[in-house]
Amino acid sequence: MNAALEINALNVYFGDHGALVHAVKSASLTVAKGASFGLVGESGSGKSTILKAITGLAPQWNGEIKVEGRPLGAKRDRNFYKTVQMVFQDPYASLHPRQSVDQVLSETLYLHGFRDIDDRVNQLLQDVGLGPAFRFRYPHQLSGGQRQRVAIARALAPQPDILLLDEPTSALDVSVQAEILNLLSDLRAAHGLTFVMVSHDLAVVAHMCDQAAVMQHGEILEVLSIDAMRAGQTAHPYTRTLLDASANRVA
Amino acid sequence: MSTLLDIENLWVRFPTRNGIFDAVRGVSFSLGRERLGIVGESGSGKSMTGRAILRLIRHPGIVEADHINLHGENLLAKSERDMRKVRGEQISMVMQDPKFSLNPVMTIGDQLIEAHRLHAKATKAEARKKALEMLEAVSIRDPERVMGAYPHEMSGGMGQRIMIAMMLIPNPEILIADEPTSALDVSVQGQVLSIMDRLVKERGMGLIFISHDLNLVSQFCDRVLIMYAGRIVEVCDANRLHEAQHPYTRGLLGSLPRFDAPRPRLEVLQRDPSWRDAPSVEGRT
Ligand SMILES: Nc1ncnc2c1ncn2[C@@H]1O[C@H](COP(=O)(O)OP(=O)(O)O)[C@@H](O)[C@H]1O
Ligand SMILES: Nc1ncnc2c1ncn2[C@@H]1O[C@H](COP(=O)(O)OP(=O)(O)O)[C@@H](O)[C@H]1O
Ligand SMILES: [Mg+2]
Ligand SMILES: [Mg+2]
Repeated sequence: MNAALEINALNVYFGDHGALVHAVKSASLTVAKGASFGLVGESGSGKSTILKAITGLAPQWNGEIKVEGRPLGAKRDRNFYKTVQMVFQDPYASLHPRQSVDQVLSETLYLHGFRDIDDRVNQLLQDVGLGPAFRFRYPHQLSGGQRQRVAIARALAPQPDILLLDEPTSALDVSVQAEILNLLSDLRAAHGLTFVMVSHDLAVVAHMCDQAAVMQHGEILEVLSIDAMRAGQTAHPYTRTLLDASANRVA
Repeated sequence: MSTLLDIENLWVRFPTRNGIFDAVRGVSFSLGRERLGIVGESGSGKSMTGRAILRLIRHPGIVEADHINLHGENLLAKSERDMRKVRGEQISMVMQDPKFSLNPVMTIGDQLIEAHRLHAKATKAEARKKALEMLEAVSIRDPERVMGAYPHEMSGGMGQRIMIAMMLIPNPEILIADEPTSALDVSVQGQVLSIMDRLVKERGMGLIFISHDLNLVSQFCDRVLIMYAGRIVEVCDANRLHEAQHPYTRGLLGSLPRFDAPRPRLEVLQRDPSWRDAPSVEGRT
C-alpha cells in the first residue's frame, strides 16, 4: 500500500436541515506516500473543508477516507494525530496568546506520550529554524513568520507522516513566505513527509507540489500534474480560466 | 502631467514606552492623474503614509511634513472642519477590510444615500437614483437587491466594490486604496481593478494603490514607490519593476515563487542595515 491518503466519493455538509451546505461533493483523490499534493480553486470551493473532514473538524461527511490504507471512522484517535497533523493559515489565531512556545510544544509532546520533552523541544525549535532563545517567548513577542514556525514545530511534535497545510503562508510577507516554503521543503525531505497543501496562489502550489486538484463549487474538476498545468494541458475549461487569471491579474 | 498632490518630508511618529517610533521617515512624492503604487513588506509604513495624507492617524500618532499640498494648498494648515470637507469631497480612501468601514446595522442603500446627501443637496429620490448608478458603476449586477441588504450579507468581493461605490459618490479627484483587493480571489480582483482603472482613465482621477503584491502592482500601476522601514528606497515605472535595482526590491522579487520558472529553492532576503539609513528617495515625476 503506497497511498498515504485516499479519498473516495467524499461528501461534506455543514449546518442542518434548515440550512444545509453541501460543501464538498463526491470528491475523490489519492496522494502517494511522500508526495506533495495541492488543492486549488477560488475561496468557498471546499478546499479547507476537505482537510477539515480528514482531521475530524467537519463531522458531517460520508464516503471513504483512508489514511495509510486504514479507513477512518467517525472519531479520530490519538494514533490518527500521530500520523496526520495540520497547519493553519493564520499564525495569529492558531497559537494561544497566554501559552509560551515552551508550553505549546511541551504539552503537545506530553499528550503524545513523549517523556524526553526537554531534548525534543530543543530539537523541534532547531528543526524549524528558531534558536533556543525563542523557547520562552509568548506569541505577541513573535513575528508572523516566527509564529508559523512554532505552529509547524507543534505539528511536527508527534512525528507525523502527513502534514495538511491550509494556506500556510497566505498571511505572510513574500520574503517570509520564501523562508517558510523553503523550511517546509527541507522538512519534507528530511522526514519523508507527505504534504497536502491548500493555496489560492497557483505559483505557491506549483512550487511546492507535484500534483494538484482543481476545485469549484465543492467539486474536484480535475486532478493534474504540475507539469501538465505549466504546459497548459488542462482537461477542464475552468482550470484554464484559473491559470489565465493568475498569470494576468489585471483583466 | 498635472500634479494633484505633492508631499514633502512626511513623518509619522508614535510615542511609545521605549521612546518615539518613526513609522514614516521623511518621504516625499507627488501624484498626478495616474495609478501610483506603494509596495513594501508589512510594517514598512504604506498604510500610515496613506492615512497621513488625510490626517487620519489616530492619537497619539503625530503627522509632520514640510507640506502635503493638494492643488498647492497645504492640508496640514487646514482646520479639522475643512479636512472633513477634503475627505468628503476631494480625497477618498478605501480601507483593506470593508467589513470595518461599512456600518453593520444600516442597509447598503441607506448608507449610499446618506453619503450622497451629505455631499450634495439632493432629495431622497435623487440620492437613491445616484446610489443605484454608483452600484452599477462598480459592476454590481443586481443593485436593487443590494440596496436593501446589510454589509454582512455581502461576499468579500461585493463588500469591496460597495466600498468603492461609496468612495465614488463625491466624485473624488484622488482615491487612496489600501490593499483593496488583497482579500479577494483573482477573478474578482480583476473586476475591482478594472473599476479603478476606468476612474483614472475616464474621470482623470489620481489613484494611490497600496499593496504588498509586487506582481499585481507591476501589472496594474503606472509608477511604483518601494518602501522599506518608513522610507522610499526606490522609485520605478511599474512595467519595469522587474528590472528594479535596489537589493531590497530585487530580494522581494527573488523570493516570489514563479509559475513559469520553477526552481528548487526560493531566494531568502538578506537584509542590509544600510537600507534603513539611506536617505529616502524622492518619488516625484
Ligand atoms: N463551519 C461552517 N458552517 C457553514 N458553512 C461552512 C462552514 N465552513 C465552511 N462552510 C462553507 O463551505 C463552503 C466551502 O468552504 P471552504 O472549504 O472553507 O472553502 P475554501 O477553503 O475553498 O475557501 C463554503 O460555501 C463555506 O461557506
Ligand atoms: N499606534 C501605533 N503605535 C506604534 N506603532 C504603530 C502604531 N500604528 C502603527 N505602528 C507601526 O507603524 C509601522 C508602519 O505601519 P503601517 O503603515 O501600518 O505598515 P504597512 O501598511 O506597510 O504594513 C509598523 O511598524 C507599525 O507597527
Ligand atoms: Mg480555505
Ligand atoms: Mg497596511
